[in-house]
Amino acid sequence: MLGNPNAGKTSLFNGLTGLNQKTGNYSGVTVERFEGNSYFTHNQQKIHLSVLDLPGIYSVFPKSADEVIACKTLLNPEEKIDVVLVVLDSTSLKRNLLLATQLIDLRYKTVVALNMMDEAQKQGIEIDVKGLSEALDVEVVPVDSRGLQGFDKLKTALLNARVSNSIFHNLNSEFVLAHKNYKGFIQQNALGANPDKQAENSDKIYRFNVINYLINRFVKSPEQLSQRERSTSIDAFLTHRVFGYLFLVLILFLVFQFIFFISEAPMNWIEQLFITLGDYISTSLPKGQLNDLLVKGVLTGVSGVMMFIPQIAFLFLFIGFLEDSGYMARASFIMDKVMRPFGLNGKSVIPLISGTACAVPSIMATRSISNVKERLITIFILPLISCSARLPVYTLIVSVMYPANHFLGVFNARGLVLFLLYMLGFVVTLLTAYVLKRLIKTREASFFVMELPVYRWPQLKNIGIMVYNRVKVFVNEAGKIILAISIVLWFLSSHGAGKEYKQLEARQVALESLAASDSTAALELQKTETAKLEKSFIGVMGHLIEPAIKPLGFDWKIGIALITSFAAREVFVGTMATIYESGDSGNTSGIRNRLQNEKNENGSLKYTPAVCWSLLIFYAFALQCMSTIAVVKRETQSWKWVLIQLAFMSALAYLSAFGTYQLLS
Amino acid sequence: MLSLDELKKGQKAIIKSFSNDLLSTRLIEMGCLPGETVVLSKKAPLGCPYAIQVAGYELSLRKDEASTIEVELVA
Repeated sequence: MLGNPNAGKTSLFNGLTGLNQKTGNYSGVTVERFEGNSYFTHNQQKIHLSVLDLPGIYSVFPKSADEVIACKTLLNPEEKIDVVLVVLDSTSLKRNLLLATQLIDLRYKTVVALNMMDEAQKQGIEIDVKGLSEALDVEVVPVDSRGLQGFDKLKTALLNARVSNSIFHNLNSEFVLAHKNYKGFIQQNALGANPDKQAENSDKIYRFNVINYLINRFVKSPEQLSQRERSTSIDAFLTHRVFGYLFLVLILFLVFQFIFFISEAPMNWIEQLFITLGDYISTSLPKGQLNDLLVKGVLTGVSGVMMFIPQIAFLFLFIGFLEDSGYMARASFIMDKVMRPFGLNGKSVIPLISGTACAVPSIMATRSISNVKERLITIFILPLISCSARLPVYTLIVSVMYPANHFLGVFNARGLVLFLLYMLGFVVTLLTAYVLKRLIKTREASFFVMELPVYRWPQLKNIGIMVYNRVKVFVNEAGKIILAISIVLWFLSSHGAGKEYKQLEARQVALESLAASDSTAALELQKTETAKLEKSFIGVMGHLIEPAIKPLGFDWKIGIALITSFAAREVFVGTMATIYESGDSGNTSGIRNRLQNEKNENGSLKYTPAVCWSLLIFYAFALQCMSTIAVVKRETQSWKWVLIQLAFMSALAYLSAFGTYQLLS
Repeated sequence: MLSLDELKKGQKAIIKSFSNDLLSTRLIEMGCLPGETVVLSKKAPLGCPYAIQVAGYELSLRKDEASTIEVELVA
């Protein structure tokens, strides 16, 4: 399947394949590959169509990375293409026919789908389908953009597809003659090292002359296009210098609300479900390594993956509405000038705002940015924005610093510090983007030339399938990495070497049976667990890195928390609770009091403002989130960017925390 | 000769030629051919990008991109 961007290819693809879709990537590039299967019966025969939906192109001369993929795939003999299905937007046939005539000249069996036929009729556009079909000498099938009408005819046409006998290129052009046929010309000029721009343009201009003739003969358009007029009046509001931005802020506010607050309930249900499941497994299986691995390693990992589903689903639901309705192009239109100095795109705005809730779905959402460089910069800076997982860490440390009703001037101290941290995140994010813009060199030209599609009602089915695909990709691909890291962290924190560790382990087992009835034994158990954690592999690692983090004001206890919260930042709170024997990690006031009263060896307070600020700054910048790492790997298709990002953010976190501590202490 | 970015909102013009080869290949495949009539339909609130009506649809492009299109005003 090929067609112009916005020609409604996706809804046709969804209509043909339903949920029988497989999304992957083309090898070595970030462009997503959509494949699907269509099963139906024709003349009492069972038919299986395998459909490949290629990225949108305007012509067979590619301009951007995903267009190159579309053209390469089209010309790749290994793809074993039987039929090329060209999807045209019936409301804009002149532009769309350029690609159709080029594809016909490549001498594949071809079928043309006239998509959005209902809209064209509503606009008063009359198309002589039979005449057009005869002129193109291939089957031309009108299809309803709602994806209901014309599908049976389309399937039949695909089965009976033929190679056209019409020719649309300039037979006498030296370019085509030099390459024997049009395919050879395209192979040399569209994908070769030195494309001939002159030849490309003269091919297109020649075609448009033919197309003008076809349009004059077979298409009747009214002078005034009603659909256009409706869009123009909506745009008068949505791209207005005041209302346009107000509306965008409203949309961003809604997105933020949904990801930050509305996702909370379903996330809690998922968490609760896994706690119940964990309780059930840990009590019904015999105690021991396997039990521990399943509950604390595997289940923790799986629930860590599942917890992201509500946020991903909500964000893509919004993005689906914004893109399908045509609003995303307008948001880009009014924000382009604001974002450009930072090497970002107007379309970076939504991921950046949703990044305050969670970087994971936001990184997945950068897909709508078609420029590779701008997309890469957006992915790179997103984890620097303070996300909701940092909030529990911030809250704990800020509460250690200031009492609840402490005021700095007219501001509540805790609130002010939180605000400053979020602002710091944004400022550093934009500065990083600015620097990256200068550092990253691409050969890809950055065009902003894009279609402003007419406003349409989004189709729930398309959005539903997209949300489903996004969630599936996340669970399948990022999920594996998250699960693996969870199991490694579980192993390191629940295993240790040496006699002392074995003794503590035995003592823990002995105390566990008493703890339920005996409160002194319960207290003793807590102490044993803390001691055991110190002697575990992770505890040893905490001691090991202490010299490195001492200049930041951190000791080995914080070191342990830093290592465990590599999985996810919020784990910091739970680990600190275990280290400081405060028991229940859900109860932050216990751990807060312990931290406030923690003393150094010389009797001075351990958690001074310098240490607290250093910790806050460290958590603001460090990339402690395996889900982000997994998603960046999946979206950039390389470990290179993951490693650069990890190194950069770690260095930034370390150096800023170091500076903060040295300055304040 | 006028370039497209010098038009006022609502003004109609005919495309004459392009001053940037690479960009012209994209513009042509999107229907901005020499001889085609365009109307400058929008300017973004911050003065860039622009939107034009061409070949029956609306196209947005940056100011510097518009400046590579030479046009002739239609009265």
